[in-house]
Amino acid sequence: MDKDTDNILEVRDLVVKYGDRTVLDGINIDIKRGEVFVILGGSGCGKSTLLRNLVGLMRPHSGQIRYNGQDFTSMNDEERVNTRKKMGMCFQGSALFNSMTIGDNVALPLREHTSLEPSTIDIMTKIKLELVGLGGFENFMPAELSGGMMKRAGLARAMAMDPDIIFYDEPSAGLDPIVGAGLDMLIRKMQQTFNLTSVVVTHEMESVKLIADRIVMLDKGKVIGMGTLEEIMQTDHPFIEQFFARRPDAEGEDTAKYLQSLTDSN
Amino acid sequence: MSAILGNTGRVTMNALYAASTVCVLMVDTLNWMIWQPLRGKGIRMRSATEHFVEFGVRSVPIVGLICALIGVIMALQAAYTLQKWGATALIANLVGISALRELAPLMTAILITGRCGSAITAEIGTMKVAEEIDALNVMGLNPTKFLVVPKFMAMFFAVPCVTVLAMFIMIMGGAFAGVVLVGVDPVVYYNQTAGALTRMDLISGLTKSVFFAVTICWVGVYRGFRVSGGAEGVGRETTSSVVTSILIIIVVDLVWTSLFFAQ
Repeated sequence: MDKDTDNILEVRDLVVKYGDRTVLDGINIDIKRGEVFVILGGSGCGKSTLLRNLVGLMRPHSGQIRYNGQDFTSMNDEERVNTRKKMGMCFQGSALFNSMTIGDNVALPLREHTSLEPSTIDIMTKIKLELVGLGGFENFMPAELSGGMMKRAGLARAMAMDPDIIFYDEPSAGLDPIVGAGLDMLIRKMQQTFNLTSVVVTHEMESVKLIADRIVMLDKGKVIGMGTLEEIMQTDHPFIEQFFARRPDAEGEDTAKYLQSLTDSN
Repeated sequence: MSAILGNTGRVTMNALYAASTVCVLMVDTLNWMIWQPLRGKGIRMRSATEHFVEFGVRSVPIVGLICALIGVIMALQAAYTLQKWGATALIANLVGISALRELAPLMTAILITGRCGSAITAEIGTMKVAEEIDALNVMGLNPTKFLVVPKFMAMFFAVPCVTVLAMFIMIMGGAFAGVVLVGVDPVVYYNQTAGALTRMDLISGLTKSVFFAVTICWVGVYRGFRVSGGAEGVGRETTSSVVTSILIIIVVDLVWTSLFFAQ
């Protein structure tokens, strides 16, 4: 397969609305097989909404999301379930099932979607946990793990079905820089070892520098830049310049913007 | 005037939306409980069994204690009036029929609502807040199959089973008070009870208990899936779940009592 032309995920004219308020407005994105694609933007710009649409947790108002060339948005429930088996997602809060052990969390998709023998599932669970550095933690409960370990366990669960693509929602949010960097390295390792496509939502610049092959920059629900980090940084869009310079809004401006957004949404 | 009409319209629309959501949930539950297993998609029996233990077996001590005490109270209250006419033996009739037709099913349902209906809402609500429901969806696992069906099956069987026990315990509580405290002859008390109760009394109580079980489960689940806004939302919906369940249980009780009246 030609890595440069083979898109695993294509988003065309995606529009998402909450009531009358347009959250995503005409998004067009191509995500190439095997790359780490970062969705970047300020708070409330629509990053997480875009991610929720990409994994099918929300249905868009209009537009298409094509997964391996097939229109994911118009699939029926059964087709969506089959498509989702080849997707993994790491949630911001890890979203592990608290009533199950770490091993059971990782084994769950295998138990539900395959007819493998329990002993085989146990071996696969151990392999996935060792892959993320959690070998020997099968019998721990989620509450017994640290934040970083829970995110790693979430990644092991997302990897359980050997997906083609993994979505990460703010993977290093709430972690100290060392643990966060460790998780970034893990994302890179997965991509390099398994040629795994990764879509990462973040606003942490240090993470972006470490992991991103390409970036899409969102502002107010629109794409304002797409390309490699260098290409994005060379753009002269005022928001991109402000974002990378970490320059705050003028005093009182952010409050005024917030009040305006409330007025707009009403 | 327009404000009153507006509020009425809003309340009506919200009620219709809630009713339609519950209907969709019912259809989806029956689909995953009956139709999908016929197509080879299994039911999570282990989870259903664990929930049966939680809803049924672990509810027995509190339901038993309260029903025993209510049996005693009913007998003493009945004795207060019946002693005036020297008809204390009729305590057995009153306690027996009330326990089977009304009080045992109702008290069991109310206690299980407080104990388990609230827990169902809190569990699903917390899972929703923690994105665990989203995680199920992304993994291609249906939340209805995974979370609702085991709870529904467990509740469907647990409530009638506990109700039968509650009926027996309530009658025994009444017998204790009637025989020991009021002084009714034990043989007379037994004969009065056996003579007063009919099969229809038992059917009436058990029919109600099945509908109570369905109410507790679906209200709990519906309120759980409605949770939004974090811990505060979980608390709000949990409280609302208990209040709504008890209200619907009383209405269902009224309907079935009317249908079984004089039968």
